[in-house]
Amino acid sequence: MTPSARPALAWIAAATTALGMLATAAAPAQAASSVPAASTPAPSASTAPTAAAGTQADPLDSPRWEDMRKSFFADATVVFDERVRVSGPAVAEDSLNVPVSVDASGLPAVEELIVFADFNPIVKALRFEPGAAQPRLGFRIKLQQSSPVRAAARTADGVWHVGGAWVTATGGGCTLPSVGSGSPEWQERLNEVNGKLWPRVDGGERLRMRIIHPMDTGLAAGIPAFHIEDIVITDAEGRTLSRIQPLEPVSENPSFTLDLRAAAPGARLHVAGRDNNGNRIDAWVTR
Amino acid sequence: MSRSASSAPALHRRPAVRALRSLLAGLLFALCTLLAISPPVHAEDFDYRLQPRELAPGAWVVVGLKEDFSFANGGNIVNTGFIVGSEGVIVIDTGSSKRYGEQMLAAIRRVTPLPIVLVVNTHQHPDHFLGNQAFPRATLAALPETIAAIRSEGEGFNANMYRLNGDWMRDTEVVVPERALAAGRQRIGGRDVELRALGGHTVADLVVIDHDSGTVYAADLLFHDRTPTTPHADIARWLAALDTLEGLPARRWVPGHGEPATDLAPLRQTRDYLGWLAQTIRAGAESGQDMTELFQTPIPPRFAGLALVNEEFRRSVVHLFPAAERAVLEAARAKASR
Repeated sequence: MTPSARPALAWIAAATTALGMLATAAAPAQAASSVPAASTPAPSASTAPTAAAGTQADPLDSPRWEDMRKSFFADATVVFDERVRVSGPAVAEDSLNVPVSVDASGLPAVEELIVFADFNPIVKALRFEPGAAQPRLGFRIKLQQSSPVRAAARTADGVWHVGGAWVTATGGGCTLPSVGSGSPEWQERLNEVNGKLWPRVDGGERLRMRIIHPMDTGLAAGIPAFHIEDIVITDAEGRTLSRIQPLEPVSENPSFTLDLRAAAPGARLHVAGRDNNGNRIDAWVTR
Repeated sequence: MSRSASSAPALHRRPAVRALRSLLAGLLFALCTLLAISPPVHAEDFDYRLQPRELAPGAWVVVGLKEDFSFANGGNIVNTGFIVGSEGVIVIDTGSSKRYGEQMLAAIRRVTPLPIVLVVNTHQHPDHFLGNQAFPRATLAALPETIAAIRSEGEGFNANMYRLNGDWMRDTEVVVPERALAAGRQRIGGRDVELRALGGHTVADLVVIDHDSGTVYAADLLFHDRTPTTPHADIARWLAALDTLEGLPARRWVPGHGEPATDLAPLRQTRDYLGWLAQTIRAGAESGQDMTELFQTPIPPRFAGLALVNEEFRRSVVHLFPAAERAVLEAARAKASR
């Protein structure tokens, strides 16, 4: 037995939950809160009615929401939308590797997805242009403390659709040095891509890949920010299919799962990109 | 654990709701006071109510709850034990806090006045060594890898235990055992005792065999009606350790968590679950699943009787999936570059 990343003081939590239920019963606006009141890291997804976010209260009830809205969306139209789903553990077992999947495939014509965590010291985690892929992505992030983890999907009409879920974390995810920064492995294997394709029953292609990189946040003393910033996936004929732009909060040796709508010609894909120091990523991935 | 997430937002709700909450909190407090509702365990006096049970002459166990750490249980979720020989007492694990260690020592003193001659920490997890303060420093001992792990990770564990168990932990400090144990059979405290150095639950798992009574203190290599935990596990090594255990001449088994048994039920349960867990994670990685998809795996009905199975399965996915995923993806790259 060991405790690791578990919520602080469960008795306070229990009391809060009990009071939360009472308050919710009395104030229906609070009922939109989406994280299941289970003691497990159960996958959770947002369930908020679609309404302009300027007039609708944040379903995750975060005091940081208004700042998030201003900094990411400025004057654009923003709606909370249950079709943007964020799945992750309700409780982060490992604050350095919190698995998150975002899925906006219920929306038509998603052009861009961003992922952010309100309470992280570096809020934005990544940007994703699905292109020829389904608008869904699996990855892992570092969490400094308990926070909403949100995805915002921009549809062709320019509207941002926002979903999210609370993840509890005991902390330290962003200000700890990466494991890699203390070992020679990443220096020898920096930007090495280990990936594989799986044909999908729907005729598409799943790409899973892990790229060797310390993904240092710059928040650990004496270690500057050093992270992959651009990954472009092209097919064997050179057509650009999809693009991922990770930022500092993405976990060390990042791992991604994405689903292309069509099978890859020649059953292979090319992965190209770079980190913020200009080191290049260049690899083929096959079945 | 739950929406403990929400303790943060709860502080910032709209004023009306906040006022309502304070009112409700006040009412709830008043109600609790009036009706003298107390938590299920006796938090108010920080007494674990430890009740040692004598499984066989001289072979004792203190059975903990099949729960996760919480303020309600104060961390009393672990089995500890002691063996009373003709000349002294051997203590097997010291519990989750200074208070636990002190109360365990008091419980031993209700049974025997003989001196404590050896206190072992079976492995590096905090519920097995944070009671060390209560015992004479010279008696504290563990396998060398366990000593190193407690030295390097003990403070982090202790900090987390304060967060989980609250004031039950008061004044608890990490005391690293200094005596390194080696495997072997010898007379300790006038008792015929054998130490086995195994591993798999953690880097080193000590098993104490009391040959005089046929009692095997298997620590966290065995869980009984409680889901095994895996934060430092090597499942293949753990399964091999279970094979070793099965060959021992045991008349009764003391698992690290859950009821002692006179048959192989804890061993078979632990083996069955770990085998399924390893296979499920390997199959998920090989079929290209993401970690969040693997969380959704249905738990087979035969594990429904294991306490906390849903929670521990998901925790184990986080612990074990990255290595399985890495193996699959690195093999694919090696194949592609041939």
